[in-house]
Amino acid sequence: MKHVFLASLIAGSIALPAYAADYTIMAPAAPGGGWDQTARSLQTAFQQEGISKNVQVMNVPGAGGTIGLAQFASQQKGKDNALIVGGYVMVGAILTNKSPVTLKDVTPIARLTGEDEAIVVPASSPIKSMADLVAALKKDPGKVSWGGGSAGGVDHIAAGLIAKASGVDPTKINYIAFSGGGEALAAILGSQVTVGISGYGEFESQVKSGTLRLLATSGEKRIPGVDAPTLKEAGVDVAVQNWRMVAAAPGLSAEQKAKVTADVQKLATSKTWQETLKTKGWQDTFLAGPAFEAQLAKDISATEGILKDIGLVK
Amino acid sequence: MSTFEFLMQGVVVAMQPMNLLYALIGVTLGTAVGVLPGIGPALTVALLLPVTYQLDPAGSLIMFAGIYYGGMYGGSTTSILLNTPGESASIVTALEGNKMARAGRGGPALATAAIGSFVAGLIATVGLAFIAPYIVKLALVFGPCEYFALMVLAFITVSSAFGDSTLRGLTSLFIGLALSLIGIDQLTGQTRLAFGVPDLLDGVEVTTLAVAMFAIGETLFIAAHGSFGPDKVEAVKGSIWMSANDWARSWKPWLRGTAIGFPIGAMPAGGAEIGTFLSYATEKRLTKHPEEFGNGAIEGVAGPEAANNASAAGTLVPLLTLGLPTTATAAIMLAGFQQYGLQPGPLLFATNPQLVWGLIASLLIANFMLLVLNLPLIGLWVRLLTIPKPWLYAGILVFATLGTIGANPSVFELGMLLAFGVMGYIMRVLGYPIAPVVVGLILGPLAEQQLRRALAISQGDFTVLFTSPIAAVLLAIAALALIVPLILRARGRGEVLSQMAANED
Repeated sequence: MKHVFLASLIAGSIALPAYAADYTIMAPAAPGGGWDQTARSLQTAFQQEGISKNVQVMNVPGAGGTIGLAQFASQQKGKDNALIVGGYVMVGAILTNKSPVTLKDVTPIARLTGEDEAIVVPASSPIKSMADLVAALKKDPGKVSWGGGSAGGVDHIAAGLIAKASGVDPTKINYIAFSGGGEALAAILGSQVTVGISGYGEFESQVKSGTLRLLATSGEKRIPGVDAPTLKEAGVDVAVQNWRMVAAAPGLSAEQKAKVTADVQKLATSKTWQETLKTKGWQDTFLAGPAFEAQLAKDISATEGILKDIGLVK
Repeated sequence: MSTFEFLMQGVVVAMQPMNLLYALIGVTLGTAVGVLPGIGPALTVALLLPVTYQLDPAGSLIMFAGIYYGGMYGGSTTSILLNTPGESASIVTALEGNKMARAGRGGPALATAAIGSFVAGLIATVGLAFIAPYIVKLALVFGPCEYFALMVLAFITVSSAFGDSTLRGLTSLFIGLALSLIGIDQLTGQTRLAFGVPDLLDGVEVTTLAVAMFAIGETLFIAAHGSFGPDKVEAVKGSIWMSANDWARSWKPWLRGTAIGFPIGAMPAGGAEIGTFLSYATEKRLTKHPEEFGNGAIEGVAGPEAANNASAAGTLVPLLTLGLPTTATAAIMLAGFQQYGLQPGPLLFATNPQLVWGLIASLLIANFMLLVLNLPLIGLWVRLLTIPKPWLYAGILVFATLGTIGANPSVFELGMLLAFGVMGYIMRVLGYPIAPVVVGLILGPLAEQQLRRALAISQGDFTVLFTSPIAAVLLAIAALALIVPLILRARGRGEVLSQMAANED
């Protein structure tokens, strides 16, 4: 039994073609991160809902997902049973890494989830509100250190947008990138940085227990049950959300694309997926077809603009 | 209820027969997979997560705990026997452990690793139960300046692992530091030294480098020497069990390794490797048998192995108390928690005491299972070394390649494995030590990032590096570690030291 299990572990991780899966989902990140969790949640939902019997997840970590994206685009061409998970962070990474492979080289299918960013300070901080933070930023942007995730990612972008909307030069923001939300959280709790910015889920339990003060969330609407204004309500004209999507291989025929879209659509409305969204705290921002493609193009050009403003993209 | 009552209740939960079975399955799988280089505990837990959907929360977390501890231990077996570290935290174990194994002392080496892991796991798990809230406060005080001071201390103390020639050691270290610069800069997102190769964007993987330098480099070295190999491998010399002398020389390193590994594991940016480096350096300084270091000193296995397992328990401190995953495995365990609607964090101990104490108790059980599983296997493992050399090394090559490909299915990664293997061979031929290259690759980026973060937060003011009390103390210890041997030498008491140096491998 042990050997069988071990063999399947190895086979699963190198995804031998002999294990012909109905769908192979690439998580272009290491196990444990948001994309990996999305891919594995998709796997479970696909199987439990009977949309696809045997689903394999493979991890190809690195460089904001661009390494996995490049591999996916070149190896899965024309296959209608291959999916890759991606998101806003990938949009930023493609631009900052000057990745030769972009989202144009795959077939974006649908946006699946969204998560608002949260702006927090330690409970002991003299900053009590968004207005205090904006005042501190205006006084000396360098003195306000922002702790968040990887450089050029959605946390960094949101910090740049907030500075810009407050009339502060976005190139002057003092953004300290940490590898992953965990390390950033520790730096915020330890008051190593002035303010923290990351997905709301990263801070939820600390906000509830009162060790962090939530200044604002970044969505268009307030998060239900959370007592904090949106950035717009707090007088900062910014609305930004981290989102995750799923894309199919390049070179699909219209029929193949329609088949994959139908499968993903079926999944998104299924009971298993809706329950997953609830337990993980992900917002359902499902969007497919031409509406999604238009939104994606808009997001890419907006991201390019703000990354230029911050000075990460020339 | 008091902490102790909670813990006893947890033990009752974990002792239920089904939970014991889950612990055993977890430990067995974790060990089996930890043995494969490249496939670490994180991937194992990720693959097993869907399997546990059918289990109750207590059962699945107990299984995870077993996998975590098992994976941490499994890496040491291949380090000791085959000089092929399964994961980065068992690289140091290979230094002395493999030398012991070649001298026919593989049995005691594996035993001290297993018992040391058990002792460390036991103490650290009890520590997790009773002092987690205090440890986590200490961990949060650590900011970029303090981490940088810790890295400086690690660099200076680890330099004792550099062999007899400081110049050669430093050369190796700088090769590692140079390699560590490859890839995307964490703080600005810009690429460095990748030369447009997408596979290099994420830098050089530590396990790839370690496996290549240790296993492939050595295989080439042995092959190049043909049957006139530099050292013959004796499978078993003397008892395969630890002698009274082995016990006497092991118990202090176990305790010191635990004391070093647990708090460093609890630090959000600590990591298990640094604990093992510091433990190795400590043992090398304190040993009464300095001549054995580099030739198979049991202290050099006992200490780092204890530190390795203690830091595995330490990682759970920020996970449970803050909901803060500091390793990939912990991140997946966090996802496991969330699957049952539990949010680890400051409130978890208050809202779900049964589960938390059940988990801590099951760590104790998993730890015990690990010992039960591994001690009887030692006799079997050491027989691996009786395999004729050509077959053994061919096996090591297959094993190393499979593990690397398994972790990252890319032709480029395989190419890097071979290229670094050749580099390891050349360095061996020219007498340059291997370990500092790996040390440089691990510590380099950590030190660089923390230094730059510290300076960014202070807006370029260098004094922050010395003004924090903790950073100042760490830097003072580092300075002492550097200066005291020099003074001793200058005052003519250096005979012991120079003798030590002369006897080093």
